[in-house]
Amino acid sequence: MSTAHTARPGTSAVRQTLPGTPPALPAGRTVRLGASRIAYEVKTYFRQGDSVFFTFLFPVVFLLIFSVAFGDQSFGKDADGNDVTAAQFYLPAMLSAGLLLSGMQNLAIDIATERSDGTLKRFGGTPLPVLSYFIGKFGQVFVTGLAQAILLLLVAGVAFGAKLPTEASAWGTFAWVFVLGVSTFAVLGIALSALPRSGKSATAVIIPIALILQFISGVYLNFSQLPEWLQNFASIFPLKWMAQGMRSVFLPSTYEGLEPGGAWNLGGVALVTGIWLVAGLIVCRFTFRWIRKDS
Amino acid sequence: MTDSDAVVSVRDLRKTYGNLAAIDGVSFDIHRGETFALLGPNGAGKSTTIEILEGYRDRTGGEAFVLGIDPTHGDLAWKARLGMVLQSTGESGNVTVSEQLTHFAGFYPNPRSVTEVIAAVGLEGKAKTMIRKLSGGQRRRVDVALGIIGRPELLFLDEPTTGFDPEARRHFWDLINLLKSEGTTILLTTHYLDEAAQLSDRAGIIAGGRLVDIGSIDELGGAEARVPIVRWRDNGVKQETRTPTPGAVVADLMRAGREPDDLQIIRPSLEDIYLELVARYEEKERVA
Repeated sequence: MSTAHTARPGTSAVRQTLPGTPPALPAGRTVRLGASRIAYEVKTYFRQGDSVFFTFLFPVVFLLIFSVAFGDQSFGKDADGNDVTAAQFYLPAMLSAGLLLSGMQNLAIDIATERSDGTLKRFGGTPLPVLSYFIGKFGQVFVTGLAQAILLLLVAGVAFGAKLPTEASAWGTFAWVFVLGVSTFAVLGIALSALPRSGKSATAVIIPIALILQFISGVYLNFSQLPEWLQNFASIFPLKWMAQGMRSVFLPSTYEGLEPGGAWNLGGVALVTGIWLVAGLIVCRFTFRWIRKDS
Repeated sequence: MTDSDAVVSVRDLRKTYGNLAAIDGVSFDIHRGETFALLGPNGAGKSTTIEILEGYRDRTGGEAFVLGIDPTHGDLAWKARLGMVLQSTGESGNVTVSEQLTHFAGFYPNPRSVTEVIAAVGLEGKAKTMIRKLSGGQRRRVDVALGIIGRPELLFLDEPTTGFDPEARRHFWDLINLLKSEGTTILLTTHYLDEAAQLSDRAGIIAGGRLVDIGSIDELGGAEARVPIVRWRDNGVKQETRTPTPGAVVADLMRAGREPDDLQIIRPSLEDIYLELVARYEEKERVA
Protein backbone atom coordinates (compact mmCIF):
# COMPACT_ATOMS: atom_id res chain seq x y z
CA MET A 1 0.00 0.00 0.00
CA SER A 2 2.89 2.33 -0.64
CA THR A 3 2.14 4.70 -3.48
CA ALA A 4 -1.58 5.33 -3.71
CA HIS A 5 -1.97 8.23 -6.11
CA THR A 6 -4.78 10.59 -5.38
CA ALA A 7 -7.16 10.91 -8.26
CA ARG A 8 -7.11 14.40 -9.71
CA PRO A 9 -10.39 16.25 -9.42
CA GLY A 10 -12.31 15.97 -12.64
CA THR A 11 -10.84 12.63 -13.61
CA SER A 12 -13.16 9.73 -13.90
CA ALA A 13 -14.65 8.31 -10.75
CA VAL A 14 -13.76 4.80 -11.87
CA ARG A 15 -10.08 5.52 -12.36
CA GLN A 16 -8.56 3.08 -9.95
CA THR A 17 -5.46 3.32 -7.87
CA LEU A 18 -3.75 0.09 -7.06
CA PRO A 19 -1.34 -0.74 -4.32
CA GLY A 20 2.29 -0.76 -5.38
CA THR A 21 3.73 0.34 -8.69
CA PRO A 22 4.15 -2.36 -11.33
CA PRO A 23 7.74 -3.54 -11.59
CA ALA A 24 9.53 -2.05 -14.57
CA LEU A 25 10.66 -4.65 -17.07
CA PRO A 26 14.43 -5.14 -17.07
CA ALA A 27 16.40 -3.23 -19.68
CA GLY A 28 17.91 -5.17 -22.55
CA ARG A 29 15.15 -7.74 -22.58
CA THR A 30 14.22 -6.91 -26.18
CA VAL A 31 17.60 -8.19 -27.36
CA ARG A 32 17.65 -11.14 -24.95
CA LEU A 33 14.17 -12.20 -26.04
CA GLY A 34 15.19 -11.61 -29.67
CA ALA A 35 17.99 -14.15 -29.21
CA SER A 36 15.54 -16.56 -27.59
CA ARG A 37 13.18 -16.05 -30.54
CA ILE A 38 15.98 -16.80 -33.04
CA ALA A 39 16.68 -20.16 -31.38
CA TYR A 40 12.97 -20.96 -31.34
CA GLU A 41 12.42 -19.85 -34.93
CA VAL A 42 15.35 -21.82 -36.35
CA LYS A 43 14.29 -24.93 -34.43
CA THR A 44 10.70 -24.80 -35.64
CA TYR A 45 11.78 -23.92 -39.20
CA PHE A 46 13.69 -27.14 -39.62
CA ARG A 47 10.87 -29.15 -38.05
CA GLN A 48 8.50 -27.88 -40.73
CA GLY A 49 8.93 -30.28 -43.65
CA ASP A 50 7.35 -28.16 -46.37
CA SER A 51 9.30 -25.00 -45.62
CA VAL A 52 12.54 -26.95 -45.57
CA PHE A 53 11.79 -28.28 -49.02
CA PHE A 54 10.20 -25.27 -50.74
CA THR A 55 12.46 -22.58 -49.38
CA PHE A 56 15.60 -24.28 -48.13
CA LEU A 57 16.30 -27.09 -50.59
CA PHE A 58 14.49 -25.68 -53.63
CA PRO A 59 17.44 -23.68 -55.04
CA VAL A 60 19.76 -26.59 -54.29
CA VAL A 61 17.51 -28.95 -56.22
CA PHE A 62 17.40 -26.52 -59.13
CA LEU A 63 21.16 -26.12 -59.10
CA LEU A 64 21.49 -29.90 -59.27
CA ILE A 65 19.02 -30.18 -62.12
CA PHE A 66 20.60 -27.39 -64.18
CA SER A 67 24.13 -28.63 -63.52
CA VAL A 68 23.23 -32.16 -64.62
CA ALA A 69 20.93 -31.22 -67.50
CA PHE A 70 23.36 -28.73 -69.08
CA GLY A 71 26.48 -30.55 -67.89
CA ASP A 72 27.87 -30.93 -71.44
CA GLN A 73 27.30 -27.36 -72.51
CA SER A 74 29.75 -24.55 -72.30
CA PHE A 75 28.53 -21.27 -70.88
CA GLY A 76 31.32 -19.22 -72.41
CA LYS A 77 34.96 -18.91 -71.44
CA ASP A 78 36.79 -17.13 -68.70
CA ALA A 79 39.81 -14.87 -69.18
CA ASP A 80 42.16 -17.89 -69.25
CA GLY A 81 40.10 -19.58 -71.93
CA ASN A 82 38.58 -22.21 -69.63
CA ASP A 83 34.94 -23.24 -70.11
CA VAL A 84 32.38 -21.89 -67.67
CA THR A 85 30.28 -24.84 -66.52
CA ALA A 86 26.53 -24.95 -65.91
CA ALA A 87 27.12 -25.21 -62.15
CA GLN A 88 29.25 -22.09 -62.15
CA PHE A 89 26.82 -20.23 -64.36
CA TYR A 90 23.75 -21.08 -62.24
CA LEU A 91 25.39 -20.75 -58.82
CA PRO A 92 24.92 -16.95 -58.49
CA ALA A 93 21.37 -17.21 -59.80
CA MET A 94 20.46 -19.87 -57.24
CA LEU A 95 22.17 -17.94 -54.44
CA SER A 96 20.00 -14.93 -55.17
CA ALA A 97 16.90 -17.13 -55.51
CA GLY A 98 17.77 -18.63 -52.11
CA LEU A 99 17.79 -15.16 -50.55
CA LEU A 100 14.40 -14.41 -52.06
CA LEU A 101 12.92 -17.73 -50.92
CA SER A 102 14.44 -17.84 -47.44
CA GLY A 103 13.67 -14.21 -46.86
CA MET A 104 10.62 -12.93 -48.65
CA GLN A 105 8.66 -16.04 -49.59
CA ASN A 106 9.32 -17.88 -46.35
CA LEU A 107 8.57 -14.99 -44.01
CA ALA A 108 5.52 -13.70 -45.87
CA ILE A 109 3.87 -17.14 -45.75
CA ASP A 110 5.13 -17.90 -42.25
CA ILE A 111 3.85 -14.68 -40.69
CA ALA A 112 0.53 -14.75 -42.58
CA THR A 113 0.01 -18.28 -41.26
CA GLU A 114 0.93 -17.23 -37.72
CA ARG A 115 -1.50 -14.36 -37.97
CA SER A 116 -4.36 -16.59 -39.03
CA ASP A 117 -3.73 -19.51 -36.67
CA GLY A 118 -3.68 -17.34 -33.55
CA THR A 119 0.06 -17.42 -32.84
CA LEU A 120 0.38 -13.65 -33.22
CA LYS A 121 -2.76 -13.03 -31.19
CA ARG A 122 -1.24 -15.05 -28.39
CA PHE A 123 2.02 -13.05 -28.58
CA GLY A 124 -0.05 -9.86 -28.53
CA GLY A 125 -1.31 -10.86 -25.10
CA THR A 126 2.17 -11.38 -23.68
CA PRO A 127 4.94 -8.88 -22.87
CA LEU A 128 6.94 -10.02 -25.93
CA PRO A 129 8.20 -6.87 -27.74
CA VAL A 130 7.35 -6.71 -31.46
CA LEU A 131 11.00 -5.92 -32.09
CA SER A 132 12.09 -9.18 -30.42
CA TYR A 133 9.70 -11.03 -32.70
CA PHE A 134 11.25 -9.28 -35.72
CA ILE A 135 14.76 -10.09 -34.49
CA GLY A 136 13.68 -13.73 -34.28
CA LYS A 137 12.38 -13.75 -37.85
CA PHE A 138 15.41 -11.89 -39.12
CA GLY A 139 17.72 -14.31 -37.32
CA GLN A 140 15.86 -17.27 -38.74
CA VAL A 141 16.28 -15.90 -42.27
CA PHE A 142 19.93 -15.10 -41.66
CA VAL A 143 20.77 -18.53 -40.24
CA THR A 144 18.80 -20.54 -42.78
CA GLY A 145 19.90 -18.30 -45.66
CA LEU A 146 23.55 -18.70 -44.68
CA ALA A 147 23.23 -22.48 -44.34
CA GLN A 148 21.55 -22.55 -47.73
CA ALA A 149 24.29 -20.45 -49.34
CA ILE A 150 26.98 -22.73 -47.87
CA LEU A 151 25.14 -25.78 -49.17
CA LEU A 152 24.87 -24.22 -52.63
CA LEU A 153 28.58 -23.36 -52.64
CA LEU A 154 29.45 -26.90 -51.58
CA VAL A 155 27.24 -28.50 -54.21
CA ALA A 156 28.62 -26.25 -56.96
CA GLY A 157 32.24 -26.33 -55.81
CA VAL A 158 32.64 -29.90 -54.59
CA ALA A 159 30.07 -31.95 -56.50
CA PHE A 160 30.40 -30.11 -59.84
CA GLY A 161 33.86 -28.66 -59.53
CA ALA A 162 32.77 -25.12 -60.26
CA LYS A 163 35.60 -22.62 -59.92
CA LEU A 164 34.98 -20.47 -56.82
CA PRO A 165 36.72 -17.12 -56.43
CA THR A 166 39.95 -17.05 -54.44
CA GLU A 167 40.38 -13.28 -53.99
CA ALA A 168 39.34 -11.81 -50.65
CA SER A 169 37.71 -8.87 -52.43
CA ALA A 170 35.24 -11.18 -54.21
CA TRP A 171 34.22 -12.75 -50.89
CA GLY A 172 33.94 -9.29 -49.39
CA THR A 173 31.47 -8.40 -52.13
CA PHE A 174 29.66 -11.68 -51.50
CA ALA A 175 29.39 -10.85 -47.80
CA TRP A 176 27.82 -7.41 -48.21
CA VAL A 177 25.54 -8.47 -51.06
CA PHE A 178 24.41 -11.43 -48.94
CA VAL A 179 23.76 -9.38 -45.80
CA LEU A 180 22.00 -6.63 -47.74
CA GLY A 181 19.92 -9.22 -49.60
CA VAL A 182 18.97 -11.17 -46.50
CA SER A 183 17.94 -7.99 -44.70
CA THR A 184 15.97 -6.58 -47.61
CA PHE A 185 14.09 -9.77 -48.39
CA ALA A 186 13.38 -10.44 -44.70
CA VAL A 187 11.91 -6.97 -44.32
CA LEU A 188 9.91 -7.33 -47.54
CA GLY A 189 8.62 -10.69 -46.31
CA ILE A 190 7.33 -9.10 -43.11
CA ALA A 191 5.75 -6.30 -45.13
CA LEU A 192 4.14 -8.69 -47.64
CA SER A 193 2.72 -10.89 -44.88
CA ALA A 194 -0.11 -8.38 -44.49
CA LEU A 195 -1.29 -9.12 -48.05
CA PRO A 196 -2.90 -12.59 -47.77
CA ARG A 197 -6.28 -12.44 -46.04
CA SER A 198 -5.85 -15.88 -44.55
CA GLY A 199 -3.16 -18.42 -43.82
CA LYS A 200 -4.68 -20.76 -46.36
CA SER A 201 -4.38 -18.26 -49.19
CA ALA A 202 -0.85 -17.24 -48.19
CA THR A 203 1.01 -19.65 -50.48
CA ALA A 204 -1.35 -18.87 -53.37
CA VAL A 205 -0.70 -15.14 -53.01
CA ILE A 206 3.02 -15.15 -52.27
CA ILE A 207 4.50 -17.94 -54.43
CA PRO A 208 3.38 -16.44 -57.79
CA ILE A 209 4.96 -13.11 -56.83
CA ALA A 210 8.22 -14.88 -55.99
CA LEU A 211 8.10 -17.02 -59.15
CA ILE A 212 7.47 -14.13 -61.53
CA LEU A 213 10.28 -12.14 -59.93
CA GLN A 214 12.64 -15.08 -60.40
CA PHE A 215 11.75 -15.47 -64.08
CA ILE A 216 12.18 -11.81 -64.97
CA SER A 217 15.24 -11.20 -62.82
CA GLY A 218 17.67 -13.60 -64.44
CA VAL A 219 17.39 -16.49 -62.00
CA TYR A 220 16.10 -19.21 -64.31
CA LEU A 221 16.50 -17.37 -67.59
CA ASN A 222 19.70 -15.74 -68.77
CA PHE A 223 19.16 -12.05 -67.98
CA SER A 224 21.24 -10.81 -70.91
CA GLN A 225 18.88 -12.60 -73.32
CA LEU A 226 15.71 -10.96 -72.01
CA PRO A 227 14.21 -8.10 -74.05
CA GLU A 228 15.37 -4.69 -72.97
CA TRP A 229 11.94 -3.50 -71.76
CA LEU A 230 11.69 -6.55 -69.50
CA GLN A 231 15.21 -5.94 -68.20
CA ASN A 232 14.21 -2.37 -67.40
CA PHE A 233 11.04 -3.51 -65.67
CA ALA A 234 12.92 -6.12 -63.63
CA SER A 235 15.42 -3.44 -62.61
CA ILE A 236 12.74 -1.84 -60.46
CA PHE A 237 12.85 -4.88 -58.13
CA PRO A 238 15.68 -5.92 -55.85
CA LEU A 239 16.05 -9.53 -57.04
CA LYS A 240 17.58 -8.50 -60.38
CA TRP A 241 20.22 -6.52 -58.50
CA MET A 242 20.92 -9.37 -56.08
CA ALA A 243 21.46 -11.73 -59.00
CA GLN A 244 23.74 -9.18 -60.65
CA GLY A 245 25.74 -8.71 -57.46
CA MET A 246 26.17 -12.46 -57.11
CA ARG A 247 27.21 -12.78 -60.78
CA SER A 248 29.93 -10.21 -60.17
CA VAL A 249 31.34 -12.53 -57.50
CA PHE A 250 31.09 -15.90 -59.20
CA LEU A 251 31.26 -15.26 -62.96
CA PRO A 252 34.50 -14.37 -64.72
CA SER A 253 35.17 -10.81 -65.83
CA THR A 254 34.41 -11.87 -69.41
CA TYR A 255 30.76 -11.82 -68.41
CA GLU A 256 30.75 -8.22 -67.25
CA GLY A 257 30.11 -6.92 -70.77
CA LEU A 258 26.82 -8.82 -70.95
CA GLU A 259 25.33 -6.83 -68.09
CA PRO A 260 23.12 -3.85 -68.87
CA GLY A 261 25.50 -0.94 -69.38
CA GLY A 262 28.36 -3.40 -69.69
CA ALA A 263 29.28 -3.22 -66.01
CA TRP A 264 28.53 -5.10 -62.78
CA ASN A 265 27.31 -1.80 -61.36
CA LEU A 266 27.70 -2.70 -57.68
CA GLY A 267 26.74 0.87 -56.79
CA GLY A 268 23.37 0.23 -58.42
CA VAL A 269 23.05 -3.04 -56.49
CA ALA A 270 23.59 -1.23 -53.20
CA LEU A 271 21.37 1.71 -54.12
CA VAL A 272 18.27 -0.06 -55.42
CA THR A 273 18.35 -2.82 -52.81
CA GLY A 274 18.97 -0.24 -50.09
CA ILE A 275 15.95 1.77 -51.19
CA TRP A 276 13.79 -1.36 -50.97
CA LEU A 277 15.21 -2.09 -47.54
CA VAL A 278 14.34 1.33 -46.21
CA ALA A 279 10.90 1.33 -47.87
CA GLY A 280 10.21 -2.12 -46.43
CA LEU A 281 11.25 -1.01 -42.95
CA ILE A 282 8.90 1.96 -43.13
CA VAL A 283 6.01 -0.24 -44.29
CA CYS A 284 6.68 -2.74 -41.48
CA ARG A 285 6.93 0.00 -38.90
CA PHE A 286 3.55 1.43 -39.83
CA THR A 287 1.55 -1.59 -40.88
CA PHE A 288 2.58 -4.47 -38.64
CA ARG A 289 -0.06 -5.45 -36.08
CA TRP A 290 -0.31 -8.59 -33.97
CA ILE A 291 -3.93 -8.88 -35.00
CA ARG A 292 -6.35 -7.11 -37.30
CA LYS A 293 -8.38 -5.23 -34.73
CA ASP A 294 -12.12 -5.66 -35.02
CA SER A 295 -12.01 -8.18 -37.82
CA MET B 1 -17.99 4.70 -6.04
CA THR B 2 -14.23 4.78 -5.69
CA ASP B 3 -13.09 1.27 -5.00
CA SER B 4 -9.37 1.03 -4.45
CA ASP B 5 -9.60 -2.74 -4.56
CA ALA B 6 -10.95 -3.09 -8.09
CA VAL B 7 -8.62 -4.89 -10.48
CA VAL B 8 -11.09 -4.51 -13.33
CA SER B 9 -13.47 -1.60 -13.52
CA VAL B 10 -15.95 -1.15 -16.34
CA ARG B 11 -18.49 1.66 -16.66
CA ASP B 12 -21.14 1.91 -19.35
CA LEU B 13 -19.03 -0.08 -21.79
CA ARG B 14 -20.21 0.06 -25.39
CA LYS B 15 -19.12 -1.60 -28.59
CA THR B 16 -20.97 -1.11 -31.83
CA TYR B 17 -20.39 -2.65 -35.24
CA GLY B 18 -22.22 -0.45 -37.74
CA ASN B 19 -25.56 0.04 -36.02
CA LEU B 20 -25.41 -3.25 -34.17
CA ALA B 21 -24.64 -2.84 -30.48
CA ALA B 22 -22.58 -5.85 -29.41
CA ILE B 23 -22.17 -4.37 -25.93
CA ASP B 24 -24.71 -1.87 -24.79
CA GLY B 25 -23.80 -0.20 -21.52
CA VAL B 26 -22.17 -2.80 -19.30
CA SER B 27 -20.79 -1.87 -15.85
CA PHE B 28 -19.07 -4.02 -13.27
CA ASP B 29 -16.05 -4.24 -10.98
CA ILE B 30 -13.85 -7.19 -10.17
CA HIS B 31 -12.10 -6.98 -6.83
CA ARG B 32 -8.62 -8.13 -5.98
CA GLY B 33 -8.51 -11.87 -5.40
CA GLU B 34 -12.00 -12.39 -6.68
CA THR B 35 -13.15 -14.84 -9.36
CA PHE B 36 -15.83 -13.28 -11.49
CA ALA B 37 -17.79 -15.24 -14.09
CA LEU B 38 -19.36 -13.66 -17.14
CA LEU B 39 -22.24 -15.86 -18.26
CA GLY B 40 -24.54 -15.59 -21.22
CA PRO B 41 -25.71 -17.20 -24.46
CA ASN B 42 -23.51 -17.30 -27.56
CA GLY B 43 -23.22 -13.87 -29.14
CA ALA B 44 -24.32 -12.10 -25.95
CA GLY B 45 -21.10 -10.09 -25.79
CA LYS B 46 -18.99 -12.08 -23.31
CA SER B 47 -15.97 -12.51 -25.55
CA THR B 48 -16.21 -8.99 -26.91
CA THR B 49 -16.13 -7.67 -23.34
CA ILE B 50 -13.18 -9.84 -22.38
CA GLU B 51 -11.28 -8.92 -25.57
CA ILE B 52 -11.78 -5.21 -24.88
CA LEU B 53 -10.35 -5.72 -21.39
CA GLU B 54 -7.42 -7.70 -22.84
CA GLY B 55 -6.66 -4.85 -25.24
CA TYR B 56 -7.49 -6.80 -28.40
CA ARG B 57 -10.49 -4.68 -29.32
CA ASP B 58 -11.18 -0.98 -28.97
CA ARG B 59 -14.38 0.05 -27.26
CA THR B 60 -16.82 2.47 -28.83
CA GLY B 61 -17.86 4.11 -25.57
CA GLY B 62 -17.71 4.01 -21.81
CA GLU B 63 -14.73 3.44 -19.58
CA ALA B 64 -12.57 0.45 -18.81
CA PHE B 65 -9.65 0.05 -16.46
CA VAL B 66 -7.61 -3.09 -15.99
CA LEU B 67 -5.01 -2.96 -13.23
CA GLY B 68 -5.65 0.78 -13.23
CA ILE B 69 -4.77 1.17 -16.92
CA ASP B 70 -6.97 1.78 -19.94
CA PRO B 71 -6.47 -1.41 -22.01
CA THR B 72 -6.33 0.66 -25.21
CA HIS B 73 -3.00 1.97 -23.93
CA GLY B 74 -1.71 -1.12 -22.18
CA ASP B 75 2.07 -1.46 -22.52
CA LEU B 76 4.37 -4.45 -22.08
CA ALA B 77 4.78 -3.93 -18.32
CA TRP B 78 0.98 -4.05 -18.08
CA LYS B 79 0.79 -7.23 -20.16
CA ALA B 80 3.44 -8.82 -17.94
CA ARG B 81 0.92 -8.72 -15.09
CA LEU B 82 -1.85 -10.41 -17.07
CA GLY B 83 -2.52 -13.96 -18.15
CA MET B 84 -4.81 -14.70 -21.09
CA VAL B 85 -6.41 -17.93 -22.15
CA LEU B 86 -8.08 -17.05 -25.43
CA GLN B 87 -11.15 -18.75 -26.75
CA SER B 88 -9.64 -20.37 -29.81
CA THR B 89 -6.15 -21.31 -30.78
CA GLY B 90 -4.91 -23.38 -33.67
CA GLU B 91 -1.16 -23.12 -33.84
CA SER B 92 0.76 -25.77 -35.73
CA GLY B 93 2.71 -26.60 -32.57
CA ASN B 94 6.06 -27.79 -33.85
CA VAL B 95 7.48 -27.59 -30.34
CA THR B 96 7.11 -29.75 -27.28
CA VAL B 97 4.97 -28.74 -24.33
CA SER B 98 8.06 -28.16 -22.25
CA GLU B 99 9.86 -26.13 -24.96
CA GLN B 100 6.83 -23.91 -25.49
CA LEU B 101 6.37 -23.20 -21.79
CA THR B 102 10.07 -22.54 -21.24
CA HIS B 103 10.05 -20.12 -24.17
CA PHE B 104 7.01 -18.21 -22.92
CA ALA B 105 8.29 -18.20 -19.33
CA GLY B 106 11.19 -16.12 -20.63
CA PHE B 107 8.82 -13.30 -21.61
CA TYR B 108 7.88 -12.63 -17.98
CA PRO B 109 9.88 -11.03 -15.17
CA ASN B 110 8.86 -13.54 -12.49
CA PRO B 111 7.54 -16.72 -14.11
CA ARG B 112 6.37 -19.89 -12.43
CA SER B 113 8.41 -23.06 -12.67
CA VAL B 114 7.78 -24.85 -15.98
CA THR B 115 7.77 -28.28 -14.33
CA GLU B 116 5.25 -27.17 -11.73
CA VAL B 117 2.93 -25.62 -14.29
CA ILE B 118 3.06 -28.74 -16.48
CA ALA B 119 2.15 -30.81 -13.43
CA ALA B 120 -0.58 -28.36 -12.42
CA VAL B 121 -2.36 -28.80 -15.77
CA GLY B 122 -1.84 -32.56 -15.64
CA LEU B 123 0.49 -32.93 -18.62
CA GLU B 124 3.49 -34.51 -16.84
CA GLY B 125 3.48 -37.45 -19.23
CA LYS B 126 3.36 -35.16 -22.27
CA ALA B 127 6.12 -32.68 -21.44
CA LYS B 128 8.31 -33.95 -24.28
CA THR B 129 5.48 -34.41 -26.78
CA MET B 130 5.01 -32.07 -29.74
CA ILE B 131 1.97 -29.87 -29.17
CA ARG B 132 0.55 -30.80 -32.57
CA LYS B 133 0.39 -34.43 -31.49
CA LEU B 134 -1.81 -33.67 -28.47
CA SER B 135 -5.57 -34.12 -28.36
CA GLY B 136 -7.86 -31.08 -28.38
CA GLY B 137 -8.37 -31.19 -24.64
CA GLN B 138 -4.64 -31.57 -23.99
CA ARG B 139 -3.86 -28.59 -26.24
CA ARG B 140 -6.39 -26.60 -24.28
CA ARG B 141 -4.46 -27.47 -21.14
CA VAL B 142 -1.33 -26.10 -22.80
CA ASP B 143 -3.27 -22.87 -23.43
CA VAL B 144 -4.15 -22.71 -19.74
CA ALA B 145 -0.53 -23.43 -18.80
CA LEU B 146 0.66 -20.58 -21.07
CA GLY B 147 -1.90 -18.32 -19.44
CA ILE B 148 -0.54 -18.87 -15.94
CA ILE B 149 3.19 -19.32 -16.64
CA GLY B 150 3.84 -15.60 -16.09
CA ARG B 151 2.35 -15.63 -12.57
CA PRO B 152 -0.41 -13.17 -13.54
CA GLU B 153 -2.17 -10.91 -11.07
CA LEU B 154 -5.22 -11.06 -13.29
CA LEU B 155 -6.11 -14.10 -15.36
CA PHE B 156 -8.61 -14.03 -18.24
CA LEU B 157 -10.17 -17.40 -18.96
CA ASP B 158 -12.37 -17.39 -22.06
CA GLU B 159 -14.20 -20.73 -22.10
CA PRO B 160 -11.16 -22.51 -20.75
CA THR B 161 -12.58 -26.02 -20.35
CA THR B 162 -14.06 -26.53 -23.82
CA GLY B 163 -13.10 -30.03 -24.92
CA PHE B 164 -12.17 -31.27 -21.44
CA ASP B 165 -13.43 -34.62 -20.22
CA PRO B 166 -15.11 -34.57 -16.76
CA GLU B 167 -11.92 -35.68 -15.03
CA ALA B 168 -9.84 -32.96 -16.70
CA ARG B 169 -12.48 -30.43 -15.75
CA ARG B 170 -12.29 -31.45 -12.07
CA HIS B 171 -8.52 -31.24 -12.30
CA PHE B 172 -8.83 -27.76 -13.79
CA TRP B 173 -11.12 -26.68 -10.96
CA ASP B 174 -8.47 -27.73 -8.46
CA LEU B 175 -5.94 -25.66 -10.35
CA ILE B 176 -8.18 -22.58 -10.33
CA ASN B 177 -8.80 -23.00 -6.60
CA LEU B 178 -5.04 -23.14 -6.11
CA LEU B 179 -4.59 -19.91 -8.10
CA LYS B 180 -7.36 -18.30 -6.07
CA SER B 181 -5.66 -19.31 -2.85
CA GLU B 182 -2.54 -17.54 -4.13
CA GLY B 183 -4.57 -14.38 -4.60
CA THR B 184 -4.97 -14.40 -8.41
CA THR B 185 -7.91 -12.37 -9.66
CA ILE B 186 -9.82 -14.24 -12.37
CA LEU B 187 -12.30 -13.26 -15.05
CA LEU B 188 -13.97 -16.37 -16.42
CA THR B 189 -16.45 -16.98 -19.20
CA THR B 190 -18.00 -20.40 -19.50
CA HIS B 191 -21.00 -22.27 -20.81
CA TYR B 192 -20.87 -24.69 -17.92
CA LEU B 193 -23.00 -23.28 -15.15
CA ASP B 194 -21.81 -25.87 -12.65
CA GLU B 195 -18.29 -24.65 -13.35
CA ALA B 196 -19.27 -21.04 -12.71
CA ALA B 197 -21.04 -22.07 -9.49
CA GLN B 198 -18.04 -24.11 -8.40
CA LEU B 199 -15.35 -21.52 -9.13
CA SER B 200 -16.66 -18.00 -9.00
CA ASP B 201 -17.44 -15.69 -6.14
CA ARG B 202 -19.64 -13.47 -8.22
CA ALA B 203 -21.15 -13.63 -11.68
CA GLY B 204 -22.66 -11.30 -14.23
CA ILE B 205 -25.24 -12.55 -16.68
CA ILE B 206 -25.06 -10.86 -20.03
CA ALA B 207 -27.69 -11.11 -22.76
CA GLY B 208 -28.02 -9.03 -25.91
CA GLY B 209 -25.02 -6.95 -24.87
CA ARG B 210 -26.60 -5.94 -21.55
CA LEU B 211 -25.93 -7.07 -18.03
CA VAL B 212 -29.26 -8.55 -16.89
CA ASP B 213 -28.06 -9.46 -13.42
CA ILE B 214 -24.95 -9.34 -11.32
CA GLY B 215 -24.24 -10.61 -7.85
CA SER B 216 -22.73 -13.34 -5.74
CA ILE B 217 -23.52 -16.83 -6.95
CA ASP B 218 -26.10 -17.43 -4.23
CA GLU B 219 -27.83 -14.09 -4.78
CA LEU B 220 -28.27 -14.12 -8.57
CA GLY B 221 -31.85 -13.85 -9.72
CA GLY B 222 -32.97 -12.55 -6.32
CA ALA B 223 -34.82 -14.39 -3.58
CA GLU B 224 -37.78 -15.09 -5.86
CA ALA B 225 -35.72 -17.12 -8.30
CA ARG B 226 -34.54 -19.35 -5.47
CA VAL B 227 -37.97 -20.37 -4.24
CA PRO B 228 -37.95 -24.17 -4.13
CA ILE B 229 -40.11 -26.18 -6.46
CA VAL B 230 -42.16 -29.15 -5.27
CA ARG B 231 -42.97 -31.65 -8.03
CA TRP B 232 -45.00 -34.78 -7.93
CA ARG B 233 -47.38 -36.85 -10.01
CA ASP B 234 -51.06 -37.13 -9.27
CA ASN B 235 -52.70 -40.02 -11.12
CA GLY B 236 -50.03 -39.71 -13.79
CA VAL B 237 -50.50 -35.93 -14.17
CA LYS B 238 -47.45 -33.78 -13.44
CA GLN B 239 -47.97 -31.30 -10.62
CA GLU B 240 -45.66 -28.47 -9.68
CA THR B 241 -45.76 -25.67 -7.16
CA ARG B 242 -43.24 -23.08 -6.03
CA THR B 243 -43.19 -22.40 -2.36
CA PRO B 244 -40.90 -21.07 0.34
CA THR B 245 -42.34 -23.79 2.62
CA PRO B 246 -41.97 -27.08 0.73
CA GLY B 247 -42.26 -29.10 3.94
CA ALA B 248 -45.77 -27.75 4.54
CA VAL B 249 -46.77 -28.58 0.95
CA VAL B 250 -45.56 -32.13 1.35
CA ALA B 251 -47.33 -32.41 4.73
CA ASP B 252 -50.58 -31.26 3.09
CA LEU B 253 -50.15 -33.85 0.35
CA MET B 254 -49.64 -36.56 2.96
CA ARG B 255 -52.71 -35.43 4.89
CA ALA B 256 -54.70 -35.86 1.67
CA GLY B 257 -54.12 -39.50 2.28
CA ARG B 258 -51.40 -41.13 0.26
CA GLU B 259 -47.75 -41.06 -0.70
CA PRO B 260 -47.35 -38.79 -3.80
CA ASP B 261 -45.70 -40.39 -6.85
CA ASP B 262 -42.27 -39.12 -7.98
CA LEU B 263 -42.05 -36.54 -5.20
CA GLN B 264 -39.18 -34.05 -5.63
CA ILE B 265 -38.20 -30.90 -3.83
CA ILE B 266 -35.90 -28.88 -6.06
CA ARG B 267 -33.81 -25.91 -5.14
CA PRO B 268 -33.12 -24.03 -8.39
CA SER B 269 -29.51 -24.48 -9.45
CA LEU B 270 -27.48 -21.68 -10.98
CA GLU B 271 -28.35 -23.22 -14.32
CA ASP B 272 -32.12 -22.98 -13.63
CA ILE B 273 -31.76 -19.39 -12.49
CA TYR B 274 -29.59 -18.50 -15.45
CA LEU B 275 -32.02 -20.02 -17.94
CA GLU B 276 -34.90 -18.20 -16.34
CA LEU B 277 -33.08 -14.85 -16.39
CA VAL B 278 -32.13 -15.24 -20.03
CA ALA B 279 -35.65 -16.39 -20.96
CA ARG B 280 -37.12 -13.43 -19.10
CA TYR B 281 -34.79 -11.07 -20.98
CA GLU B 282 -35.67 -12.60 -24.34
CA GLU B 283 -39.36 -12.38 -23.56
CA LYS B 284 -38.99 -8.68 -22.72
CA GLU B 285 -37.10 -8.06 -25.96
CA ARG B 286 -39.78 -9.85 -27.97
CA VAL B 287 -42.54 -7.71 -26.46
CA ALA B 288 -40.59 -4.49 -26.84
